Amino acid sequence: MNKRRSLAGVVADHTILAVLAILFLAPFAFIALTSVMSAAQAGTTFSWPTSWHVENYAAVFEKLDLVRYFGNSLMYSILATVFMLASSIPAAYALARIKFRGANLLFLLIVAMMLLPPQVTTVPLYVMWSKLHLTGSLWPLILPNLLGDAFSIFLLRQFMLTIPKDYTESAELDGCGPWSTMVRVIVPMAKPGIAAAAIFLFFHAWNDYYGALLYTSENERAWPISYALAQFRTSRAVDWNLTMAATILAMVPVVLIFFSAQKVFVQGVTLTGVKG
Amino acid sequence: MRPTTRRRGLVALAFLGPALLGMAVFFVYPLAMTVYYSFTTFNILSSPKWNDFANWKYLVGQDPLIVTAAVNTLWLIVILVPIKILGALLVAWALTRARHASGVLRTIFYLPALIPPVASTIAFVFVLNPSTGPVNQMLSLIGLRPGWFTDPAWSKPSLVGLSLWVLGDIMVIFLAALLDVPTEQLEAAELDGAGGIARFWHIIVPAIRPVLLFALVTGIINAMQMFTEPAVASGTAMGKATVGAGSSTTLGWPSNSTLTYGQLLYQRAFGSNLMGYASAMAVVMFVVTGLVMIFLLRRFSGFTAEVAR
Repeated sequence: MNKRRSLAGVVADHTILAVLAILFLAPFAFIALTSVMSAAQAGTTFSWPTSWHVENYAAVFEKLDLVRYFGNSLMYSILATVFMLASSIPAAYALARIKFRGANLLFLLIVAMMLLPPQVTTVPLYVMWSKLHLTGSLWPLILPNLLGDAFSIFLLRQFMLTIPKDYTESAELDGCGPWSTMVRVIVPMAKPGIAAAAIFLFFHAWNDYYGALLYTSENERAWPISYALAQFRTSRAVDWNLTMAATILAMVPVVLIFFSAQKVFVQGVTLTGVKG
Repeated sequence: MRPTTRRRGLVALAFLGPALLGMAVFFVYPLAMTVYYSFTTFNILSSPKWNDFANWKYLVGQDPLIVTAAVNTLWLIVILVPIKILGALLVAWALTRARHASGVLRTIFYLPALIPPVASTIAFVFVLNPSTGPVNQMLSLIGLRPGWFTDPAWSKPSLVGLSLWVLGDIMVIFLAALLDVPTEQLEAAELDGAGGIARFWHIIVPAIRPVLLFALVTGIINAMQMFTEPAVASGTAMGKATVGAGSSTTLGWPSNSTLTYGQLLYQRAFGSNLMGYASAMAVVMFVVTGLVMIFLLRRFSGFTAEVAR
């Protein structure tokens, strides 16, 4: 922003940033160190590990049904993402590129849906899913994505609006109908937006606690990792070292995805804020 | 002209079909049912029975916890939300001044917001453990030992601390907006002798107003529904069974000090099995959210410009 700055100013700025970075990273260091402590040491005042127990990571898989919880989370996240893309890309395309009566009203409704707290519709939806005998599973959280996800439609529409109209217009002049214009022109050009929407939904599903509590708490076999993680320390009295190992394991997938797709991710976050 | 308009409408309908059905099933229908249920006595085992305004009378003064939940939620809106926004803005501003490693630093500040909230909450409760945690170990050197998540006086400030650790989600949005602020304006102000704070308030804040407003509105809506962090923090700090499987006794622990409106709604619906009453609470939540949203849509130029297209 500002190019003419004194050396002292630059040093001060970087000192502040370095202190902040240490503060933000410190909790990660504490939990990583605790995850390799003996159970006895992890329960006492925090100190450097007296002995290293990397085998805690294997023990946590033996003591807790992590494979099942991870499997459930993967199923939830992947299916929800695939379903969302199938239903939300066409909807976003229609909102961004087709002029029709009621388009503005529809967009406002989607924004309202996106901002609506989940608790507002919890009771009727729970009753509905329980009549369909699907409570106790992750399906009440996966299936709605087949019918569009408001946040994803919003994000995809915002991205598609940034694609110059010339491309779609020339495709139409070449005789492309709306469907083939979407498939051949919009989808390839909107790849970063689509990737961002997919990552957001994957993360939302992976990190979801409220939905999992609502629909799967009664059936341990259906627990995803983020719900299961909240139970270890409490209902199962698992030691702190194993809880921390499991906590780190639960972060691994989202952190890996983030690092491999950081650019589209940040671009997507920026779009959600709506340009000033 | 008319046939093409109609044709376009049909094409749009085809593309939007699933989403429109989704809106009906997951938005319009449950909203209507929530209003209906709010006038009934209802639990999951029996069908709803009309009870006139019984739920509403209970809501307006008989529910022993509703005032606590409302006050806690208001506390979060008035204190936690502005502190988090200010923190995110300051971190984003500091980042724009980095000459080196700005990408790495951005990732570091974003990381806590990325991981599952259950994981970040458990980690934070561990770090703030009153007897064994590293923070109190340091604080005890100067004679302080706050109870953090275990003390009703400290539990909400502890949530503020957690929200500052995970401020990355809005920080990234602020960062993008800050990078769009015209450099010339800032340099001109500096030549005019404006100090750092003056430049911050008089140039940067007005330039990113729409993004600030967006963060404020979504922050308020999120505070009303806040669930995961206080629920997991209560359970972990208490060291007993968390919510779910019928037992939602830990919500709000200690002494209901972290009980939010969204948590009480859940507790009334699934803990006390008062689904009619919880629906009345949901109607209130919807109305308040609606008012906040209308404020957003009317004031927020970014949205209206897009909508007017």
